Amino acid sequence: MAEVTLEDVNKVYAGDVVAVRDMNLDIQDGEFIVFVGPSGCGKSTALRMIAGLEDISSGKVFIGDNVVNDLPPRDRDIAMVFQNYALYPHMNVRENMGFALKLKKMDKDEIDRRVSEAARILSIERFLDRKPKALSGGQRQRVALGRAIVREPKAFLMDEPLSNLDAKLRVQMRTEIGKLHNRIGVTTIYVTHDQTEAMTMADRIVVLKDGVVQQVDTPQVMYENPRNVFVAGFIGSPAMNFMRARLEKENGGYVASFGRTRIPSTAPRSARRGEGLGPRGLRRKGRRPRDTPGAHRGRHARRGRGHGRDERPNTVEVQPQVIESMGSEKYLYFGLPKEQAVHLDSVAEMTGDAGGDADGAGSADDFDEMLVARISAESQARRGQGVLLSIDASKIRLFDAETEQAIL
Amino acid sequence: MAAASASGSGRSTLGTVLFYVFVALFVLVSVAPLLWVFKMSIITKTELFANPPTFLPNSPTATSYGTIFGDERFRKALINSTIIAGVTTVICLFFGSIAAYAIARLRFRFKSLVMTLILAISFFPAVAIIAPLFLQYRTIGIIDTYWAVIITDTVFALPLTIWILVAFFKELPRDLEEAAKVDGATTIQAFRKVIVPLAAPGVFTTAILTFIFAWNEFLFANTFLFDADTQPVTVAIPNFATVYTVDYGAQAAAAVTVTIPLVILVLLFQRRIVSGLTAGAVKG
Repeated sequence: MAEVTLEDVNKVYAGDVVAVRDMNLDIQDGEFIVFVGPSGCGKSTALRMIAGLEDISSGKVFIGDNVVNDLPPRDRDIAMVFQNYALYPHMNVRENMGFALKLKKMDKDEIDRRVSEAARILSIERFLDRKPKALSGGQRQRVALGRAIVREPKAFLMDEPLSNLDAKLRVQMRTEIGKLHNRIGVTTIYVTHDQTEAMTMADRIVVLKDGVVQQVDTPQVMYENPRNVFVAGFIGSPAMNFMRARLEKENGGYVASFGRTRIPSTAPRSARRGEGLGPRGLRRKGRRPRDTPGAHRGRHARRGRGHGRDERPNTVEVQPQVIESMGSEKYLYFGLPKEQAVHLDSVAEMTGDAGGDADGAGSADDFDEMLVARISAESQARRGQGVLLSIDASKIRLFDAETEQAIL
Repeated sequence: MAAASASGSGRSTLGTVLFYVFVALFVLVSVAPLLWVFKMSIITKTELFANPPTFLPNSPTATSYGTIFGDERFRKALINSTIIAGVTTVICLFFGSIAAYAIARLRFRFKSLVMTLILAISFFPAVAIIAPLFLQYRTIGIIDTYWAVIITDTVFALPLTIWILVAFFKELPRDLEEAAKVDGATTIQAFRKVIVPLAAPGVFTTAILTFIFAWNEFLFANTFLFDADTQPVTVAIPNFATVYTVDYGAQAAAAVTVTIPLVILVLLFQRRIVSGLTAGAVKG
């Protein structure tokens, strides 16, 4: 058990390809940290540098109080779970789990004791004498976890451990890993491209993009206050809706306007600092799908459960193009006029990446440019019939259209 | 068989028949010389020179086998062959696996050039280098020792060993070594306890090919070994001829005797060789 600290860590491959740039991170003892990001964002490279499987180009990695930059993996006292399990095919489960302890020349009785204990925790006692090829995916995953926990290491490193499992098993193992962490409380660094895993498991999430850390926060803070468009689009399912809007000063306050809709907004941070709004005053607006509580059919809609002072500016009428029923709720997809549409390649790629999840975003490529609203399962909304949505203005997040940074 | 005929019935029966006719022909053509030599080894001298020749032995006899196994030199030659082929195989596997592992795993410049150079060694016509080698070996004083042949055989067998093993090591997932390293293994331990056991089919295949090569080698052995105490069987077999007569029966019996260890070896490890040759074709 130990803290893990990264100090200005860089990874540069030959040919000036930067995989990880200036990464700084303090991981507390016993914390469950999730590195998340699209493929190629450097999350696995960062993990492998901590493991010692990749050289560190510059910067320092601490495990406990020691700089481990020049230590080989075997001297770092960390255990790793690999994406494809990496079980030794020629050894049975017992030998697989005891391999590290045997290399340490540990007493045979102690090895047996630890292996049985881990097998009991993971309920794989029945398989101890089987070879990995005689196990199912989920069982192999457990063995891989078992191989890590018998070590009683300073930290667990997990590299997309669930991505080879089918959706149902993945959700189940997710919970089990969470339980396991609560039980043994070892510092864990978990790499995934699935934001759902990140949200559900992490104490803190580290979002990476192109080798740069975008934000480090608890899941809730990250969900509510994403620091930039990338994080906003990546965290949350279904993904946050984006539309172009103009932010204007009005009666001492600010109003975000798009199309004929005008929504009052609290003062943007930059404006409060007196820096003005930038040349074009154009802002990209993000709003979570779940923040559209009321959906009403027809033009004569009642006032929704809107949160604005005035109903008019806080409602928007849309033409649903697809309505998906999830059972407990419905997803309503609708398009935007072209000039307001925001196409985010990076975000689209990610949500596609995370798809296939049990509760994943239903946003395939077809819905790239569509917005989505989460509405009540009882809603009578129909495809092609106008629906009046009310917007909770307090949940709107504003991002600068050029820098893509949050300004609210 | 059941499966074959079941799938055959779907197509034309004629096709199935033709298929087996061709298979039979192929087997016959490949095996015929061996069968002929075997027949020669179990018939009498009279029958051996009969004209026209008989197809099936009239009165099988083991006289020829008695002759060769009664010969002290032949028995010694069998042992020599085993030593030479065995030691060559062990040396080839030892150096070959280490070199192949390094080539398969490390990233370095000119890797393909290195691989080509290694292969180029086996392009050398043996006849062209045999005289210089002889002179060198005489200077070092290893003519008439096993080493003269073992070293030369190793030089010629190693390229193939390395090439085959590189292919095998490349197939092994890198994660396994990394898992071993994280588990506390040194590079050597990871190699010995994880990589080598996993590459076993490949190692077996390579071992058998190397053994067969060294076992059948004649040119170097005939050139470097004058002393009957060190000569392998390939050199000993022609000795069943004198100035006046050639004992074809004994030579045939010797040829059969020499082939049998290889056949046993291959049959013994057949499944491993097949799984070795097809490794990587199907994800296991």
